[in-house]
Amino acid sequence: MNGAQDLGGAHGFGPVAPEPDEPVFHAAWERRVFALAMAMGYTGAWNLDGSRANRESLPPAEYLGSSYYEIWLRALEKQVAGTGLATPSEIATGRSAEPAKPVARVLAREGLEALFRAGFPSSRAADAPARFAVGDRIVARNIHPTGHTRLPRYVRGKRGRIVRTDGVYVFPDTNAYRTGENPTWLYTVAFTAQELWGESGDPGGVVTVAAFEPYLDPA
Amino acid sequence: MGHDHAHDAHHHHGSEISPVEARVRALESLLAEKGYVDPAALDALVELYETKVGPHAGARVVARAWTDPAYRARLLSDATPAIAELDIGGRGGEHMVVVENTPETHNLVVCTLCSCYPWPVLGLPPVWYKAPPYRARAVIDPRGVLAEFGVTLPETTRITVWDSTAETRYMVLPMRPAETASFSEEALAALVTRDAMIGTGLPRGIPATPAEMPV
Repeated sequence: MNGAQDLGGAHGFGPVAPEPDEPVFHAAWERRVFALAMAMGYTGAWNLDGSRANRESLPPAEYLGSSYYEIWLRALEKQVAGTGLATPSEIATGRSAEPAKPVARVLAREGLEALFRAGFPSSRAADAPARFAVGDRIVARNIHPTGHTRLPRYVRGKRGRIVRTDGVYVFPDTNAYRTGENPTWLYTVAFTAQELWGESGDPGGVVTVAAFEPYLDPA
Repeated sequence: MGHDHAHDAHHHHGSEISPVEARVRALESLLAEKGYVDPAALDALVELYETKVGPHAGARVVARAWTDPAYRARLLSDATPAIAELDIGGRGGEHMVVVENTPETHNLVVCTLCSCYPWPVLGLPPVWYKAPPYRARAVIDPRGVLAEFGVTLPETTRITVWDSTAETRYMVLPMRPAETASFSEEALAALVTRDAMIGTGLPRGIPATPAEMPV
């Protein structure tokens, strides 16, 4: 969606503010939000793409006016309520008033480190040949889906070149809504900075995105 | 400083915590009561990402690549298994790509859409990486962003920006600083900063501006 999360190329946000010796978390509650989001994701009630879709569908003023873990918290509350795992009033009071819904699995302390060390790959077996090859010229489709997508606005309609075939991966645009993993070819596509930004593009500069096959047309 | 008074006042209201803290506590206690989460597992997750996973892992990968040409070749051609050789990998780094800085090309990593970042090699991302200024400008004004980190590249060095728009995660292999031929792998790893592996910095020992370069 053309939401507040799609920030590439936006002006007006001011300088980057690196923090020397930055801690991993800035408050105790951030630790808990991080862990809650990970553990609730593990239940299988939703997936990573669904979490991203939820965060970016926060109203723009709310998204931009919230700190990173506040965005996670708001989206998590929304997901818990949206999937029926708890009611909004239970979330407000912090007390269970209705029976729990079944979840596929619960993250346990035992074995946790090995589980996260193994990871959760989103690559899948190919069931169709790749449409594009390295060196092919493409144009990013000028699409504006109202749902989740991973094609940033700043490359839509722009001409680039395939620089790597990454393999076949879960397609976020459908997986976010649990309407299918739809394993899809993924490519690394390079655009010149001047194709993207015109005269103001850094001379000689290149920007790459990882783009799923349905985002691209031959050029 | 009126500490006692403030303390009493807080107790009077039954809480010393901020609204967001109260909200998070309520959510955690609800989700635990329902049996969806185990607080002990939450503690373990926090401990893992706060104390164990971090940029020291990526620095080991870089130092190995600087000292072992065959490893460097494997790392650049298929990063995930090469990184796993050092027993590093997992959540947020299932599909790694390592991009190499050269005198001709400098690489910079961003996620304009959210906060994608190679956790197993760099840990959780810093606030600036997840915040709008960096996400907005890294793709349109990379030289301006680098200047804010104190890095000025020669004009002849081209910049490639890697926008992490899928599950591919990028790590920069910085150039090895000069005059480190005698360094052990461990000493080399100590030169590798987190920012050098994002591309917003250079390893310790590489001048951050051309003016500082020896002639």
